[in-house]
Amino acid sequence: MAGAENISTIAAIRFGYGLSPDQPAPRDAQALLSQLDEPDSAAARWPLRGTEFMRQQMRDMYAAQKAQREGDPTPQTRIRATRDILNTQVLNGLRAQLARASLSPQGFRERLPYFWCDHFTVTAKNTVTATAPDAFAKEAIRPHLTGTFAQMLRAAVTHPAMLMYLDQTRSIGPQSAFAQKHKKVGLNENLGREVLELHTLGVSAPYTQTDVREFSKLLTGLGFNAQQGFAFHPNWAQPGAELVLGRHYGGETPAKLSDIYAALDDIALSPATAHHLAHKLAVHFVADQPDPDLVAHIASAYSAHNSDLRATYAAMLEHPAAWVPLGGKARQPWDFIAASLRAINPPAALIDSLDDKKTRSRFYAPLRAMGQSYHKPLGPNGWAEDATAWITPQALATRINWSMRMAALHERHLPDPRQFVQTALGDAASPTLVQAAARAESKREGIGLVLASANFNRR
Amino acid sequence: MTHPPVRPISRRLFLRSASLIGCSAAAWPLLSPVTFASAPGDERLVVIILRGAMDGLDVVRPIGDPDYATYRKPSLTDGKTGPALNDFYALHPAMSDLMPLWTAGELGFAHAVATPYRDKRSHFDGQDILEAGTGLDVLEPQVRDGWLNRMLQAVPDLKSDTAYAVGRDEMKVIEGPAPSMSWAPKTQLRISDQSQRLLERVYEEDPLFHAAAQEALEISARLEAEKTAEKNGMARLPKIKGQGADLAAFAAARLREDTRIATFSIGGWDTHRNQRNVLAGRLSDLTGAILALKSGLGRDWGKTTVLAMTEFGRTARENGTAGTDHGTGGALIMAGGAIRGGRVYGHWPGLADHALFEQRDLMPTADVRAYAAWAMRGMFGFEKGLLESTVFPRLDMGDDPRIIA
Repeated sequence: MAGAENISTIAAIRFGYGLSPDQPAPRDAQALLSQLDEPDSAAARWPLRGTEFMRQQMRDMYAAQKAQREGDPTPQTRIRATRDILNTQVLNGLRAQLARASLSPQGFRERLPYFWCDHFTVTAKNTVTATAPDAFAKEAIRPHLTGTFAQMLRAAVTHPAMLMYLDQTRSIGPQSAFAQKHKKVGLNENLGREVLELHTLGVSAPYTQTDVREFSKLLTGLGFNAQQGFAFHPNWAQPGAELVLGRHYGGETPAKLSDIYAALDDIALSPATAHHLAHKLAVHFVADQPDPDLVAHIASAYSAHNSDLRATYAAMLEHPAAWVPLGGKARQPWDFIAASLRAINPPAALIDSLDDKKTRSRFYAPLRAMGQSYHKPLGPNGWAEDATAWITPQALATRINWSMRMAALHERHLPDPRQFVQTALGDAASPTLVQAAARAESKREGIGLVLASANFNRR
Repeated sequence: MTHPPVRPISRRLFLRSASLIGCSAAAWPLLSPVTFASAPGDERLVVIILRGAMDGLDVVRPIGDPDYATYRKPSLTDGKTGPALNDFYALHPAMSDLMPLWTAGELGFAHAVATPYRDKRSHFDGQDILEAGTGLDVLEPQVRDGWLNRMLQAVPDLKSDTAYAVGRDEMKVIEGPAPSMSWAPKTQLRISDQSQRLLERVYEEDPLFHAAAQEALEISARLEAEKTAEKNGMARLPKIKGQGADLAAFAAARLREDTRIATFSIGGWDTHRNQRNVLAGRLSDLTGAILALKSGLGRDWGKTTVLAMTEFGRTARENGTAGTDHGTGGALIMAGGAIRGGRVYGHWPGLADHALFEQRDLMPTADVRAYAAWAMRGMFGFEKGLLESTVFPRLDMGDDPRIIA
């Protein structure tokens, strides 16, 4: 295993997207935290589309489909045009996020939204909402990276992408005013369950099916559609107060969005949530089996600072267990590809302005073959963390193939592999790897060897 | 420390498996090999994990139950019953292509089954418990391997490719100390000889990477050789479309060779909304997978048992969004020439409100693990004691339903 001991190397690889020939590695914990206080230049340079864009596409598509149903033959081209826009836009999002990850000087700041977007996994259920995960990252996660978790939770649970993904947009209180007039409407427990199980308390916390049911009733009223955007509909809400985890929420008529916020705020501050989030942070950044003392330390800072996330990260970064030698984790495919690009450091245009075909063949398809289909995790629990889930024979074969191909991104100026191994890994490169890199048959294969190595694929 | 006889190649592959549990050979073997009546021989077992909780009530429809129609309206069923299996049950229309198998006794079901998991209805805990094969609500921390792996640990003459996980999803059901292979269709490692030598040296420092790379090299070489052989005159099978069928076709090709146990997963069963369309799509994918197994296995289909299992069932009642929420009791799908099909096994609990689990879900009347255990006993001759203690800890297999012909 790698076992780098240089603080700066650990800071760049464990908490960022790795080393770059172009940018100095963060010196220490303080330097990582300072990234969060600087202007968010990467988001400004490589923007993502938000909910407004998605609503526009939805309206265009629905109008075209409606016209088609009514017998107008022309909309077929409009439907196709909208699909083309959306397909390109998904790739635009991929290019922007990959450029941020691989080129931003603020590596830690870029790892955080990845972590939180995975924590609050959303995927698009159809082509017309294909950009929903981008809107979610932009609006629900990024603005709240250094605020409180309670604020992020409100934003995430009520974001259109989440409401659509976990079926809240049609969940209606069974005794609501709306349900009295419309048959075949009613409750859907999907979001209510996952908020408690995945987003906050964690599955081992002592909540019950009744809590899930009551919390789902409390969530009724949240809605989203292309015309109106997000809206709270009091007439969809289940009347009466709901008893969730021992406390009553709501009960007045008309029901209010603030009742939902009140419950989310309380749940955010539960000790179970503190522990669950602390454990997830430690697992994601430090080790598949993290030091319990590190987890406890993060959790207590989270609670002491009322879910303030900057203070929570600071607690993680100040604990000695966060600075043990590298190698406890496997880089996930996204992390691996971004780190490779960071080490290769190609002209930005080869990432942010790549054409769609090459974006597919270099990034989109390989991510899938490495087991991490872009924007498409299998379920709301997001991606696996264990190294063993990623380093399978079939996925490693893809990483090796990709590594050998991507040296070509250097174009005509391939660096010497003996130099590249230092650029990419610093003191995280083992002597065996340093030796092997020097013995490759060609520069291209030497660089491929470094990227495919266990040293580079671990962190 | 005693090992069962292991060929050199398995020894290498064992490294990857051992690193999964973070310890060395101490965990191997849990049991002595004498318990296996015969080597896997010619029998083949395919386990398909249906991730997301398949709605058993909608797949094997109890149309003879007086309460069924009150729960399942056309908003879910589209008003179509589907082909009749017998006087009481009908099959979901999206699986109609499997009716010839039903008639031939090569398709069967067990209804109202579940793992021992109750109450919280979490997909992820539910799948972990299904794949671990354990008997508790919360996974026993010491059980880090899957039940297929614990079965393999009892196989005396285990070859490196006796067992295969197919696809890109993690398959905990087969992970553990006993060796198994893992590969995805349409994958091929391409690397120069010199790079291969250097990479092997570099990976020697890291057991996880070392074992995965060795396996990748070995499988790639074998597939390349088979491809060449195929070009030299072997007949190509007509291709069935779909992701499930792709996985199944690859699995079938392995099972025609030395592989006897294969597993893969099909996802997307979490039908909270618009179940009518979503479930039909999933079922036609599964149907394609079963047909691709039959077609790919050729005459070996007669010695094959396929078990398609899910983490739990769904609510008896429709929810507010033309779907169903997480439930408890569900259905097991069985296929293959080795089974005694053409029947729906199990004890039907009824759908009256008081008969439901927590007045909401189909009441489980049997442990789904018991069917898997009886299949293993029927096919491979494992002793009951072994199945009830080691493969499925604390399972009571009950009476033999005689699902294997």
